[in-house]
Amino acid sequence: MTAETVIGAVGAKAEFRTCQYTGLKVDAAAQKLIIANAVAAVVFLLLGGVMGLLVALTRWPAVHLLPADWFYLVLTGHGANVLLFWIIFFEMAILYFASAVLLNSRLAAPKLAWLGFLLMIAGAVMGNVAVLQGESSVMFTSYPPMMARPHFYLSIILFAVGALIGCGIFFATLVIAKEERTYEGSIPLVTFGALTAAIIAVFTIASGAVILIPTMLWSMGLISDIDPLLYKVVWWGMGHSSQQINVSAHVSIWYLTAALLIGAKPLSEKVSRTAFLMYILFLQLASAHHLLAEPGLDASWKIVNTSYMMYLAVMGSMVHGLTVPGAIEAAQRRNGFNRGMFEWLRKAPWGHPAFSAMFLSLVFFGFIGGISGVVLGTEQLNVLMHNTIYVPGHFHGTVVAGTTLAFMGATYLVLPLIFQREILWPKLAKMQPYLFGIGAAGISLFMMGAGTLGVARRHWDITFSDANLSFAHSAGAFLMMGLNGIFAIIAAVGGAIYVVVVVGTVLFGEKIKGGHKLTFPLHAGGGAVASHYGSEKTPKLPGTIILVTIFFVCFVLYYFINWKYLSELWLFR
Amino acid sequence: MAVTPPDKRIWWNEPIERVELVWIVIAFLWGLFMFFFMIAWHFIGQQNLSSEAYRIAPSAFEEKVDAFAKKHQVREEKGIPVAKPPAGSDVYILGRLWQWWPILELEKGQSYRIHLSSIDWQHGFSLQPTNINIQVHPGYEHVISLTPTQSGEFGIICNEFCGIGHHTMIGKIYVTEPKKAEAGQRLADGGKQ
Ligand code: HEM
Ligand SMILES: [Cu+2]
Ligand SMILES: [Cu+2]
Repeated sequence: MTAETVIGAVGAKAEFRTCQYTGLKVDAAAQKLIIANAVAAVVFLLLGGVMGLLVALTRWPAVHLLPADWFYLVLTGHGANVLLFWIIFFEMAILYFASAVLLNSRLAAPKLAWLGFLLMIAGAVMGNVAVLQGESSVMFTSYPPMMARPHFYLSIILFAVGALIGCGIFFATLVIAKEERTYEGSIPLVTFGALTAAIIAVFTIASGAVILIPTMLWSMGLISDIDPLLYKVVWWGMGHSSQQINVSAHVSIWYLTAALLIGAKPLSEKVSRTAFLMYILFLQLASAHHLLAEPGLDASWKIVNTSYMMYLAVMGSMVHGLTVPGAIEAAQRRNGFNRGMFEWLRKAPWGHPAFSAMFLSLVFFGFIGGISGVVLGTEQLNVLMHNTIYVPGHFHGTVVAGTTLAFMGATYLVLPLIFQREILWPKLAKMQPYLFGIGAAGISLFMMGAGTLGVARRHWDITFSDANLSFAHSAGAFLMMGLNGIFAIIAAVGGAIYVVVVVGTVLFGEKIKGGHKLTFPLHAGGGAVASHYGSEKTPKLPGTIILVTIFFVCFVLYYFINWKYLSELWLFR
Repeated sequence: MAVTPPDKRIWWNEPIERVELVWIVIAFLWGLFMFFFMIAWHFIGQQNLSSEAYRIAPSAFEEKVDAFAKKHQVREEKGIPVAKPPAGSDVYILGRLWQWWPILELEKGQSYRIHLSSIDWQHGFSLQPTNINIQVHPGYEHVISLTPTQSGEFGIICNEFCGIGHHTMIGKIYVTEPKKAEAGQRLADGGKQ
């Protein structure tokens, strides 16, 4: 039985071209789908990014831009557009790239893939309509008993079904590639990482269906009651694992970028792949760390599910945190940058936006998103910042400075290699990752700071001016929110440049013909399907060792500082 | 290379680099440490969220809170009763659109059994500037033994989005110094000793 009979569709005969830079065979159908998904992603990033800026300017007390009802509406739209639509459309593009393109294969059932794409578009458009109509300002988490209109839930369900089809196409393409022997041996590491992401996605979407379908029926009046605590347990089965999809996807992008730009090989295939497997094995129950401040959940359940499960997944990320810079260092030393501890890093292609984005994403994800995530997910420490603006601070470190920045970097590879357009305005493109990265890191850190001082998330007015009783936040809290506003503007400028460069390139970029020299070149023979591949052999990595040591020291210090804060609270049992 | 198939088909037989191995061991031990530290804090720490909770109908909880407020009311502030329960007793706080009710007056260093619930949507109990943050659900009565360690005026803000008035949802807890509280009590009793 072939993959196509399994999914019940017969693909047209595929047409291929051979990429002049990487030697990969590119299926025309896969290429079109990658383009469509990437374009959709950027459109929703634009929409969601504008909303993010409006939110941040409202939360800047001195500016306080939007009225309250619009603030909550726009915040709901921001979460949905960036976290769901931007990220997942881009991930679909990654799945098609990592399966069909990297394996030199045709894509399974392109027609079905287009159906999935259309469902996702329908869901995303319907979601925006529902939010803008104003009766669904329930935030993207939509916790009951607060209720949105039925089509709000329906939009997310449609979008998820479309994404599920995309995952199916990915799996089927892997099967076809294997059957048709388009590659030898095991699948490449990047495809392996994408496979991890797709497997987790299936679990995620199943949890989503289990909770969102009844919630929609409840909103239609067909079910009388949804238990708010049970909702959260299942909802975070989706909400948390979907973050693991993002991590798997962006770590794959890190490896991809390092391979194409530096010629980096994994230090050892075994370690990097096992680290991906950790994500699948140990993440699902970590949804518990979203429930640490809820009533009635047993402490041992929380500890097991946040630590045993989560720390083994964290270990996966810590391993990538070593192996990615390690692979880069080893390759750079092989490329001749062998002097001292850090010549390899100084002489890295910092002017190549795909590289700078990738490396900043690696650093910010680890130092900001990673460390704060572990602290936030510690059973007792959670009480210090549950639902404060520390939480958005943490995940802007993971999903904005980490995932979004990595995807932006990948775009600078996709534009010449898949869209086959030369990047327009290379000077703007060069500075874009720095601007966006600094902005994103800034908003993450300042939101974390404000949260530590008690500022609530999803909150229109930290002066509480309309309240019956009064409370005054410290001056430090106001300062943090102001700085957050300033860095939000920097991030927004970086985001705007990204959109301008992408749209400009897609519409007006020079078409790439045979023999064209890229403005932002790949590593000589970077992606070529070389005959010598596989693990790096016994490299020396003094620079990487210093980097991970700094990371570890920061991690341990920050962890204990928070225990000290905790010990100063009122006593509670 | 990461974009090409691995050298050996059977990648799990490939060697592990020494630095990788050391790092894996460090990460693993650190994970274990963090795991045991959470458990240890249940014994050495004074801040552990209680898991004592009961299912309760919102109307039943509302009745209990009303009775509590009536029984211990010492004064009123902006139309909200201020309840001053005795040390060690059961204390009720109710979250609803959009207030925390009633206002409490507690004594520093004394422990109280705080019952928290909501009668409509979810709310976020966020005691400031101390920064203790607990989720409050309708239908669940969460009981926490709380001991104030500072005196003064504290705000309870709501940090779970609860609709258009979310940012106006404020409550108060006054914490008095033990000595002064005793003195105040004597005054209230009319100086009879
Ligand atoms: C210009 C860039 C961005 C800015 C200035 C920005 C700013 C903000 C701010 C200020 C909040 C509100 C925090 C609160 O009041 O609770 C927020 C929430 C959020 N942001 Fe962003 N953000 C940006 C980009 C992104 C991106 C790219 C993503 C995802 C990939 C993202 C995901 C989220 C999510 C999921 C929320 C939570 C929404 C909720 O609480 O329901 N943001 N953002
Ligand atoms: Cu509330
Ligand atoms: Cu609220």
